[in-house]
Amino acid sequence: MEIINEVKFVMPSMSVNESTARAVVSSFVIQADPTVEELSDIRTAVSEAVTNSIVHGYRHYSGKIEITVRILAERKIYIKIKDRGCGIEDVKQAMEPLFTTAPEEERSGLGFSVMQSFMDRLIVRSKPNIGTTVTMYKRLG
Amino acid sequence: MSVKVEIKSERDCVSAVLKGEIDHHSAREVRAEIDSYIVTYQPEKFVIDFKGVTFMDSSGVGLILGRSKLLKECGGELEVRNASASVKRVLKLSGIERIVNII
Repeated sequence: MEIINEVKFVMPSMSVNESTARAVVSSFVIQADPTVEELSDIRTAVSEAVTNSIVHGYRHYSGKIEITVRILAERKIYIKIKDRGCGIEDVKQAMEPLFTTAPEEERSGLGFSVMQSFMDRLIVRSKPNIGTTVTMYKRLG
Repeated sequence: MSVKVEIKSERDCVSAVLKGEIDHHSAREVRAEIDSYIVTYQPEKFVIDFKGVTFMDSSGVGLILGRSKLLKECGGELEVRNASASVKRVLKLSGIERIVNII
């Protein structure tokens, strides 16, 4: 699909950058004129994916998180969030609502459920010791 | 931090009024501040007021559940007030309203 505009950025896996990611993505996406609710959905989904990278992917060491956002034809938004962290052994299990491997940090296990619910399409690709890539699409009204 | 917490005590009700964005980063500091109050004063009823919360992801669900559990252990009860429509969407997805009183 035709790419109308694109932004890519890389940031270290520091938790303070959860809000940085939301701010950059929302300031870019706003040019596609989303509704308040659509923008809120995108911000929330990005926050969940970035938090997963920080809390799970880079739990034992720090690394970089790469974020690509595209405005596609037909008012479609593409977001890719990639880490080179520890990866996920069982993606299907990780995507089950309330499944978490970090209960001590009060993680609710809802990250993927929120991404699925707030975006139109979610693709999760992961390999242990290689990393995880989350790709999400949302069509604006 | 990206969230400010103001704890107000009025008669038999204590409220933590939150202002800002709640994510995994900011939730840790909110958690420490509220827990310190609950453990010290053991209130019967504790309100978390979301009136000033402009963003919340699922970290907020963990924050609410954890405080609800701590309050129950201390003989108290938690209530959540003034959540915006976007905050309520996340709360609804979690099913937390079956456990915590959300007004």
